[in-house]
Parts: sequence; structure tokens; C-alpha cells
Amino acid sequence: MTATFVSTESPAAAGVPPTSEPSGILATLHDWVVTVDHKRLGIMYVVTGLVFLVIGGIEAFVMRLQLAWSGLTLVPPDTFNRLFTVHGTTMVFLVGIPIVFGFANYLVPLMIGARDLAFPRLNAFGFWILLFGGALLYFSFIGGDGLYGAGSAPAVGWFAYAPLTERAFTPGNATDYWNLSVLVTGFGTIATAINLIATIATMRAPGMTLGRMPVYVWTMLTVSAMTLLILPPLSAAQIMLLLDRFLGAHYFDTQAGGSAIIWQHFFWFFGHPEVYVLMVPGFGFVSEIIPVFSRKVIFGYATLVAATVSIGAVSFSTWAHHMFAVGMGGTLNSFFAASTMLVAVPTGVKIFNWLATMYGGKLRFRTPLLFCCAFLFQFLCAGLTGIMLSVAPFNWQLTDSYFVVAHFHFVLFGALVFTIFAAIYYWFPKATGRMLSERLGRWHFWLLVIGFNLTFVTMHVPGVLGMPRRIYTYPADRGWDTLNLITTLGVPIQALAVLVFAVNVLYSLRRGAPAGDNPWEAWTLEWATTSPPPAYNFATLPPVTSRRPLWDTQHPDDPDGPHE
Amino acid sequence: MNSPASRGRAGVIGFILAETSLFAVFVVAYLFYLGKSLTGPYPTDVLEVPVVATICLLSSSVTVALATRALGAGRVARAGGWLSVTIALGLAFLAGTAREWRRLIVERGFTIGTNLFGTTFYPLVGLHASHVILGLVMLSLCVVFACTGALRSAHAERVELVSWYWHFVDGVWVVVFTVVYVVGR
Repeated sequence: MTATFVSTESPAAAGVPPTSEPSGILATLHDWVVTVDHKRLGIMYVVTGLVFLVIGGIEAFVMRLQLAWSGLTLVPPDTFNRLFTVHGTTMVFLVGIPIVFGFANYLVPLMIGARDLAFPRLNAFGFWILLFGGALLYFSFIGGDGLYGAGSAPAVGWFAYAPLTERAFTPGNATDYWNLSVLVTGFGTIATAINLIATIATMRAPGMTLGRMPVYVWTMLTVSAMTLLILPPLSAAQIMLLLDRFLGAHYFDTQAGGSAIIWQHFFWFFGHPEVYVLMVPGFGFVSEIIPVFSRKVIFGYATLVAATVSIGAVSFSTWAHHMFAVGMGGTLNSFFAASTMLVAVPTGVKIFNWLATMYGGKLRFRTPLLFCCAFLFQFLCAGLTGIMLSVAPFNWQLTDSYFVVAHFHFVLFGALVFTIFAAIYYWFPKATGRMLSERLGRWHFWLLVIGFNLTFVTMHVPGVLGMPRRIYTYPADRGWDTLNLITTLGVPIQALAVLVFAVNVLYSLRRGAPAGDNPWEAWTLEWATTSPPPAYNFATLPPVTSRRPLWDTQHPDDPDGPHE
Repeated sequence: MNSPASRGRAGVIGFILAETSLFAVFVVAYLFYLGKSLTGPYPTDVLEVPVVATICLLSSSVTVALATRALGAGRVARAGGWLSVTIALGLAFLAGTAREWRRLIVERGFTIGTNLFGTTFYPLVGLHASHVILGLVMLSLCVVFACTGALRSAHAERVELVSWYWHFVDGVWVVVFTVVYVVGR
């Protein structure tokens, strides 16, 4: 099918019943606002995430300019605190979560051959409450002064350690906006996670057994289950903080015997598994893309699935490795160091799965595979610095330094964002009916790889030299100037890469080559329907007798089933 | 496998799992701060074991089960009756909590801001009470539908999902009761 993007927006093509209202931009907007279709909500989630990615990126850009060399006064210290707080909150709750769950919205029903998610209206609720949460966070820039006039936008850091967040230390309403924003986006995420679990548990196509589900669906099942266990504790902690700030409770009030440390426990019990909630779907993208572009089945499906579930399970016992510096004692430090290192085992299994899938394959180096290759290298580096930081004495030396900042940006940017771009290049043809430009895709890829590594490889070094994170400037005599300048120089290159990507999307929506149903010759069910899929997804489903139903229909003489 | 009822079951199980996780943190906070209040009053000074309220709430689990069974057998009026009894028992429980809070707050002047005991006690018991209220709203809707004739035996599975939530609220009370009135007192 060669339907254009424009036609996906028209009510008739999307199967929305024609209304008496006039067609045009208002009618289109109305259709998108009232939709409960998982594909439209998925696209809205991802677009929301990308818009916030640009906003969060601009905040990072300003911070990097301020740190480019010593003694700059581009932004005052208070503003710098607000920038890193809002940057962190944005990137985790308004970029990572919506993009991860947006893709799941779009892909999970298609991959398992379902008509929609189990609860479409709950799904729409999840999206709109998340958008509302994002609006709350950014409203704090104008509304956060409150009656106290004590500053706008939260400045407590994205993990908002107590007792800094108590009313006595952060008056005004900015911290409350941060709190409510995180709380309501959390409700939306919990709703979506329940929805995904119910969908995967009850709505799989005939023949789609658990053992035949695409690895990506397994990753989403895992992270949805994790979400149900980790996000409510964060909500509970946020509610406790609200009680402290508004009703005079003392949960985190050290003056009344409350504990500042327990906030860290509550927050990181959410915060660390959250990293896996964001990253494991990225593993899912890679596990779908690498086999298709290597023209092979995924190597070791069962071990990949087992590794995915293991990462989810082990992630619940690793949270306090964020807290080695608070003095938990030898026993707890040893336990959390060991459990953190344990995560490296299933993660290593996955890396070997992907490499073994590529080994001996007929590699097609299109843009999605390029991003996956960069992911493999960068994720390996991220994992190695992660193991370094899990060693408690090493961690004491480098805690809260730029080494840590470089480490988790390698995870969330070098690994997660790269897999997200791979996924966008891979599934954009399915969602819009048009291919993204390969030429612009290569520019995007190489600029991003160069810019990213220039910034974040370099950033490790000032960390080892002792540069703490969250300082707005530094003295000239520390030997950090050149390194910081190089770090900052990488940022405009990354910005240019994202600009190329934006141009690519806008250009390809209008002029991109028609995609057809299955442009990559892939094997999972989403490629069995038209591009873009109709509102009902599938007119008829191919029989599912193996993990690669489309291979079976194309090669009836050599079906996969007997080999699995 | 793919029926509205099975979807609903999966959804409610997920919801209950998330709620369990939410309550767990408030329970952990209560246990963590047990005996750490800098000033009185302490749990032994002010808390009385709510025996009657607890019996009311626990027995309401039985009545809601009887209601689902009656509806499954097509006896809508009887189901409506048992649902009404469940609501009455739930209200009796809430009245017990209200009396307790009135005694503590108005007569003893013990509030959420008094000490760490107050800080952890009111949110834990209050969070549970708010879930009781939510359950009562859902049960009341079922009774209204039973009275208007909209409730039929075909809806037995949906009412059963409401009953699952109600059982969960009961189960949480068993934990809260144990932690607050047995272990903590």
C-alpha cells in the first residue's frame, strides 16, 4: 500500500466514523484528541517524547555552554540548579517513559496480532495525564514563585534528596510542581503498564504462544511488570513528601527524628529499576532489528528471554549502589556491590546473542543497523563503567563526579537513545507508509556518533580528575578547562544531528519513497498488514506456527516451526 | 482467552499488584519509624484495638462473595441484598475509623504533625480508609444497577472483579491491623 501520511490523518482512512463537522485542520485535531486508537496514541507518545527531548537537550546545551571553560557567568548558580533538575526530570519522565511506552502502544498489539490494547480508554487516559504532568513541570517556570517569591522551577535535583526538599529549605511552590508532575506521570505509566500486561496476557493471536512472541514483546511484558512494582513506591514517596510539605508531617524531617536516608531508599528502589525499565525495551528494539538486517533468526531466543526476565528480577536488589557514599556499612555495601555485578551476567548474555546473530549473517547496513552497531559498542562501554562503579571503594572515590554523569549518559543516551533512533528508522515506514531518507539517515547517524563520543568519552576524564557534578563553574587551576571545552564542542554536533533527523522526518513524510507493507523483508506480524495499518489492524491474520510467521507464509517449503 | 472478562481479570490483578506495592511502602515507613518518635504520645498510650470494626470489615468479604455467587446463579435481588449488607459493614468499619480519629485528633490533640508516630499512622490508616471508600462507591454503583434492573447475571464476572478489589482491601487491613495494632502497640 502506498497511503501517504496525510491520508492517515483523514478520518475516513483511519476508520473514524465520519462526522457532520467540517473537515480540515480542526477536524483532524479533534480526531487526534478524542482518539483511543493505540497507533495514534503511540505516535502521540513518541512525538511528545521527541519534543521534550529537544527541550531537555536545549537545557543540557545551556549547561554545557556555562561549563565550557572556567569562570563563565552565562547563567547564575540558581538557574544552573534549575536547569539540571528540569533536564533530568524531563529526560527520565517525559522523554524516556513516553517514548518507551509509546512504541509499546504502537507495536505490542500489532506484533501479537491484536485489534488494540485491552483498555483503549485507559490508554488515552495514560497519555493525557502524562502530557498534563509534563505541562505541570514546565508551568513551574512561570507559576513556581507562588506566594513566596522564592524562585521558579524546581532546583532540588532530579532525585530530590531530603531534607533539601522540606518546606524549610525550599519554600515556594516549584518543588511542589515537580512533585505533582512526577506523581501524575507515574499514574499514567502505571495505567499503561497494566494495560500492556492485560493485552499480552489475554489478546494474543491464535498460535501466538508465549514462546513465539517477539523478543520485544517479552521485554515490554518484563518492564510492565517491573513498573507495577517500582512506580507505586515512587508515588508513595511523593505523597509522603507532599504530606511533609503541606500537612506538617515529618517523614523526611530530620529535626523531628525523620530520616533523610529513607527517601534515598524509596527513591532508588524506584530509580534503579527505572533505568532497566527504560533500557530493556531498547534491548527489545535491537533484538528485532539485528536479525532482520542480518537475515538470520535471533541467536538463542530462549536465553535472550531468560536474560530479559533475569535483569528484571535482579534489578530489584541493586538500588542502594546509588548510596555507597552514605555509609551503609560493609555488609550492605558488599550485598549491593555483588548484586549489581550480577546484572552484568544476563546483560553479557544478551550482547553475545546479538553478536552471534550478526556473525555469518548477510548484513544489510541500513540506518537501523548502523544505530544498533553503535549501540553495541556504546552499551558495552556503559556496562563496563557500571561494573567499575559497582565496586564500593571505587565508587567512594568517584561518587557524584562527572565520571558518574558520563556513565549514565552512556547508558541512557549512548545506548537507549541510539536504540530509539534505530527503532524510529525501522518502524517509521510502517507507521507512515513512507521510508526515511537513507542519505540523511547516514548524516544523522555519523554526526550523532561523533558528537556523542566527543562529549561523553571526554566527560569521563574530568570526573576521574575530581570534577564534581552539579557545580555551575570551577576555578581555572584544576586542569579541567580543555576537557570541558571538548565536551561542550560535541554538543552542537549532536544538535546538528537531531536537526538532520527532524529534516529527514518532515521531508520523508511528504516525499519519502513509498514503503509498501514489508520494506525490510521482516518476519513479525506488524509487517503483515498495510503501512500505515488500518484502524482494525488486520483484515486477516496469517497463521502463527513459529516465531517468524511471515517467513513461514513466504517459505511454505521450509517453515521455522520444526527448527525451534 | 480473549474475552472482556479475561481482560478485566488481568487488569484488576495488575491494579491490585500496583496497589500492594503502594501500601508496602507505607507499611515499611511505619515499621521503620516505630519507636523513633522524639516525643509522645506513643502507640501504647493512645491506640485501642478496633475489634468491632475489624470483624465488620472481615465479614464483609464473606457477604460480597455471597453476592457474587447469587448473581452467578441469576438471583439479582438476592445479590443486591448481599451487596447492601456488604456496604453496611463497610460503613460500620469507616464509622469505627472516624470515631478513632475523632478521639485522637479532637480529644487527645494528636495529629499528623505531632511526632513520627502520627506522621506514619494517619497516612497508613487513611490510605486504607480511602480505599474502603472507593470500594464502597463501586459496590454502591452495583446496588443502584441492581435496583434499576440493569444488573443481570451476565455481569457476574464484572461484579466478581469488584469483589476481588474488596477482598484486597480486606487483606490490606489484616496487614495494617497486624502492624499498627498488634506489632506496633
